[in-house]
Amino acid sequence: MDDSDPRVESGDAQKVTAKVKSESSIGIGWIAALPPLLLALVFATGLPAIADGETLRFVYEWVPSAGINLTFLVDGLSLTFALLIAGIGAVVALFSSVTLAGHVHYWRFVFYLLFFMFAMLGLVLADNLITLFVFWELTSVASYLLIGFNHSTAKARRSALQALLVTGGGGLALLAGFILLGSAAGTYELSEIMTMGDAIRDHALYLPIFFLILAGAFTKSAQVPFHFWLPNAMAAPTPVSAYLHSATMVKGGIYLLARVHPALSGTEIWLWTLTLFGAVTAVFASVLALRQTDLKLALAYTTLMALGTLTMFLGSGATIAIAAAVTFLIVHSFYKAALFLIVGIIDYRTGTRETAELGGLAKAMPLTAAAAAAAALSMAGFPPFLGFIGKELKYEGALAVASEPLFVATAAVLANALMVAIAGVVALKPFYGRRLETPKSPHEAPLFMWIGPLGLAVLGLVFGLMPGLISASLVQPAVTAIAGQPEEVKLALWHGLNLPLLLSVVTFVLGIAFYLGHQKLRGFLVRVEQRLPATADQMWDRFLDGLKVLAAWQTRILQGGILRRYLFVVFATTALAGVVTLYVTDAARWPDALPDFSIKHLLVVGLIAGGAIMTVFAGSRLAAICALGVVGMGVALIFVIFGAPDVAITQLLVETLVVILVAVVMLRLPSLERDPMKGARIFDAILALVVGGVVTVILLSVLDTPLDRTVTAYFEEKSMPEAFGRNIVNVILVDFRALDTFGEIAVVVVAALGAYVLIKGTKKAKQQ
Amino acid sequence: MNSLILSAATRILVALMLVFSVYMLLRGHNEPGGGFIGGLLATIGIVLYAIAHGSAAARKALRLDPLTIAMGGLGIALLAGVLAVLFGDPFFSGQWSFPFAEGGDKGFPISTVLLFDIGVYLVVVGAVLAIVLGLEEEV
Repeated sequence: MDDSDPRVESGDAQKVTAKVKSESSIGIGWIAALPPLLLALVFATGLPAIADGETLRFVYEWVPSAGINLTFLVDGLSLTFALLIAGIGAVVALFSSVTLAGHVHYWRFVFYLLFFMFAMLGLVLADNLITLFVFWELTSVASYLLIGFNHSTAKARRSALQALLVTGGGGLALLAGFILLGSAAGTYELSEIMTMGDAIRDHALYLPIFFLILAGAFTKSAQVPFHFWLPNAMAAPTPVSAYLHSATMVKGGIYLLARVHPALSGTEIWLWTLTLFGAVTAVFASVLALRQTDLKLALAYTTLMALGTLTMFLGSGATIAIAAAVTFLIVHSFYKAALFLIVGIIDYRTGTRETAELGGLAKAMPLTAAAAAAAALSMAGFPPFLGFIGKELKYEGALAVASEPLFVATAAVLANALMVAIAGVVALKPFYGRRLETPKSPHEAPLFMWIGPLGLAVLGLVFGLMPGLISASLVQPAVTAIAGQPEEVKLALWHGLNLPLLLSVVTFVLGIAFYLGHQKLRGFLVRVEQRLPATADQMWDRFLDGLKVLAAWQTRILQGGILRRYLFVVFATTALAGVVTLYVTDAARWPDALPDFSIKHLLVVGLIAGGAIMTVFAGSRLAAICALGVVGMGVALIFVIFGAPDVAITQLLVETLVVILVAVVMLRLPSLERDPMKGARIFDAILALVVGGVVTVILLSVLDTPLDRTVTAYFEEKSMPEAFGRNIVNVILVDFRALDTFGEIAVVVVAALGAYVLIKGTKKAKQQ
Repeated sequence: MNSLILSAATRILVALMLVFSVYMLLRGHNEPGGGFIGGLLATIGIVLYAIAHGSAAARKALRLDPLTIAMGGLGIALLAGVLAVLFGDPFFSGQWSFPFAEGGDKGFPISTVLLFDIGVYLVVVGAVLAIVLGLEEEV
């Protein structure tokens, strides 16, 4: 749809009124922050137990027969994620109670947000592969609803659909990977699978499992070449971007890689794939981040960089690399959520997010500026912020990586230097320097808006000064969970004079140089971008267009709307499948002994054959229908003779209905004499003979196989004592296989709906 | 169709067929019959009525739109499955109750299985009538 869509205008109008309203009243929207806050407190009570190295497990049976249970596991890794999800959820809910206050659909938004939080918590706490998958898909659905929240704009709709298709496609691969993993391990419980790493790595299915799970993780966590949906997802309201697309959902893929780390990591392919894709994503994204002029988009690309870095470090099995990943994960969630919300404040108070239009806001918004400075310093990795510890660990981890320490370290330094530059662009440029005119004249944001980002930024400082607060209680248990064995981790601000510190200095120098020259670099990147044949985003569009063309083409061929062709396709397929199967399996047999025929049988067969011949050669439709009725009645007689009264009755009633239906439409059908397709009847005859022949051969071959009565005997035995019914056919229909019957009647309803629409549609078309 | 004989006979026939269809539905668990057969019988009865008196009269006699009946049937069938879950069994396990049961006599059995069969009956009636009546009106 294009922008001339009338709904777009009304949508914009809606937004304007919403903003006007929000200035006057905040209302009770803040109560949306209570559920996440309470959950965060509940999770915090689990900290002491987890710090002692315990894990908690909760089991609710779901489909015990298939090994699918609602099992939940709380260990260091899942608790770290759960705390981040609930805590940042509270901040984001509080923030949006201001920015979206008075929005017509505010409560719908709250519902989506909490729905997402619920799904995300389920994802990180699930201990069963299938449970994890269900929550994984729920997060995709919630993300779709949230990205498309401003659904009156075409861009939001497109971005939402793109995110859904990319992550949903990855989700399908993930499901396949999980099923393979489950069958290879013999259990769907993650806590059990984690202990059998060697068996899984040596399993014949290791490679398919690895690639399928990777496809799920990489699409969710937007690794190159699936990165393009994430910047587009910035069409969502800013608090959503802060929550889903930086702090939580996109880390779902990282979580998955960390979760399966004990079972799948340690192979060459794991090491190289994760390291390479992670490094490429990190560097590529941080370069593109510098190219953006929209603050929110710049942050989106730095999120990609973070995801790439995390993937890169999870590729390694070294303790220090894993510790670097966990610490950076926490650091990043703090500063990135804070920065996104700060950009939200800037947008809300000034009316623009373009770097070129912003400057010197610090005087008007001192608290926001302070929060931005603290978050940006953590992002750039200056001491004494937690970001510094995270960066030191990254360098130490990079040097410990077994594959290519030089390559990983170079990628890390380059990406971090660019982070320093971006931190300057996002947090320095808008607040300091010359004051620029903005669409709205800014003043400090309300309490509920700045409290969250400031709190997160201050936490980054507190944890940096006192890393002991999280190192034993969160980081060490999480590293233990990822490594699959007890690990000792200690975070410290001062690591002594060593190579990582030297690399830090190099990073700062490079970063400041990048910042000073970022305008020139941006111009250069824009020129490069113009030379490129197509971006990944455009290739996605072409892919979708191609898919649509393919769909239209095969629909025209197979669903041409001509009844004769439909029948031809169906019967030709049946005949082909039958012939090929008979030939390949060499199953055609002539039975040793044909059953005895009585005169009764022969009469019925004669009736059916006579009816069929009459149908073909009948001169009028009425005669043909009557003859076809004879065939149907003959078949019903066969059911009667062989003791299937239910089927016989059904057959008779259906025959009756068919006659009525034909009688109803008879007047509208063209006369047989003027049939334009008369010449094609010879092909129809050949096809009919082939189908009849194939079915005959199959039935004769079946006679050669002894009848297996196991199933029949089972139902005969169980029907009365377990289902209290003597009529086995009906008992099977409504009790033993009730789910199948339910599916069938659902199909009947859908078919009726389709027919109804077709009939009414034709009528309308004719009236016009 | 303007036929005195047809419309006079229809009055009795339709009533008989509808009663018989319910009979077939109820006896289905032990004798030939069931929701599908019962539903087909009822449908044919109503179609007969529509042929004799016109589809508008048939719609009026039904009181509900055929598609509503079909949807309702699907809902009832689903309810039969959900009830099993509420009683703590897997989806669609038959739930039985035997009031007035004495010794070998099973009394007056009530079950979700019958509820499910009633759903099937309504789906068949609604779905087929939606198509047939729709076609009739179109012609």
